[in-house]
Amino acid sequence: MWSFFHRLASPKHFYLFANRIIPWLGWSTLITFIIGTYLGLFVAPTDYQQGESYRIIYIHVPAAWMSMFVYMIMAIAGGIGLIWKMKMADIIASSAAPLGAAFTILALITGSLWGKPMWGTWWIWDARLTSELILLFLYLGFIALQSAIEDRRTAANACAILALVGVVNIPIIHYSVEWWNTLHQGPTVTRFGKSAMATSMLIPLLTMFLAFKLYFGTTLLMRARVEILERERDTTWMKKMIMGSDK
Amino acid sequence: MRLLPKHPKRRKRLALIALMITGIGSAVALATIALKQNINLFYGPTQILAGDAPKNHAFRIGGLVKKGSVKRNKDNLDIYFEVTDTVNKVPVIYTGILPDLFREGQGVVAQGKLRADGVFIADTVLAKHDENYMPPEAAQAISDAKKLQSTMTGN
Repeated sequence: MWSFFHRLASPKHFYLFANRIIPWLGWSTLITFIIGTYLGLFVAPTDYQQGESYRIIYIHVPAAWMSMFVYMIMAIAGGIGLIWKMKMADIIASSAAPLGAAFTILALITGSLWGKPMWGTWWIWDARLTSELILLFLYLGFIALQSAIEDRRTAANACAILALVGVVNIPIIHYSVEWWNTLHQGPTVTRFGKSAMATSMLIPLLTMFLAFKLYFGTTLLMRARVEILERERDTTWMKKMIMGSDK
Repeated sequence: MRLLPKHPKRRKRLALIALMITGIGSAVALATIALKQNINLFYGPTQILAGDAPKNHAFRIGGLVKKGSVKRNKDNLDIYFEVTDTVNKVPVIYTGILPDLFREGQGVVAQGKLRADGVFIADTVLAKHDENYMPPEAAQAISDAKKLQSTMTGN
């Protein structure tokens, strides 16, 4: 088990592993997305309060969950990179950042589209919305910092520190609706205890969440693969591999 | 399994990172506790009656629309309702179009000023919905069950 992870730390093995697993992940993403969309749009019942418009939850909530999940992946990879000086950790962190930013933007936009008809406003500076916006700025800061510093190792260290500092925002986003009073409602789905959502609505939500996870896995590996190609272009294994495939 | 690094240099870096996160975490925690009232989106009726809300400038009030308190003017868009936290209530006057989710017993956040006589003059009213999602039939079943329970206990 551990030796498997140790081998993944080498860009070469990671590259070959990604090559093998990407098609599987990609197809399961597509299938789960189709099932999730179908369940969400056609099988899930209408809501007693919000009618049909609540269905945007099937994009909004998975996107918001992913925005925090990806940040944690990025911060943990950053931390591993700082401590062990591992090349792959930096590749993962920098491949994850734009994906996380995209999930955050998606959560903010769908939230805004949902807020107008339900709450009566596109935007309000409450604790949940503001902390999610700060998350977007953290992602953008990470991306900007990385492209601003020319030296790869310095950039990796600086970005890892930024990512780790921003971790404090994650519990703030999560608990904002409990610690302060906000316009955004409290949590519907909690890990412990009964969720405040009918099962027939919850199953499509969890399916969509799985689809988002798989999508993230697929695109993360694809992006990491490109990063490896670029960073390792002068190594012998890469030259051999490219020459080999040319024959 | 060995999760902690063995190498002393790596251990030191891990400790530094842990220290940094705790440090920043406590700083942010202290700052947010100090700013609690600024981060809160609205004041509840009890806070307003206790005089905690700002006197001369706009603020937000939040709570539930008291059941049976909504009065609409037939000639214009004036509406009167009371916001309650189930203990205290504050009367609110608003002119305009309400969000679809505005209804009695539902959460609401209104922005405006408190008049000297204790009436809140709102210029925006937003609906706050709860975290429950269920099909209409389930909601109907719950309210039927509640009614049955209250007739059985004689309330």
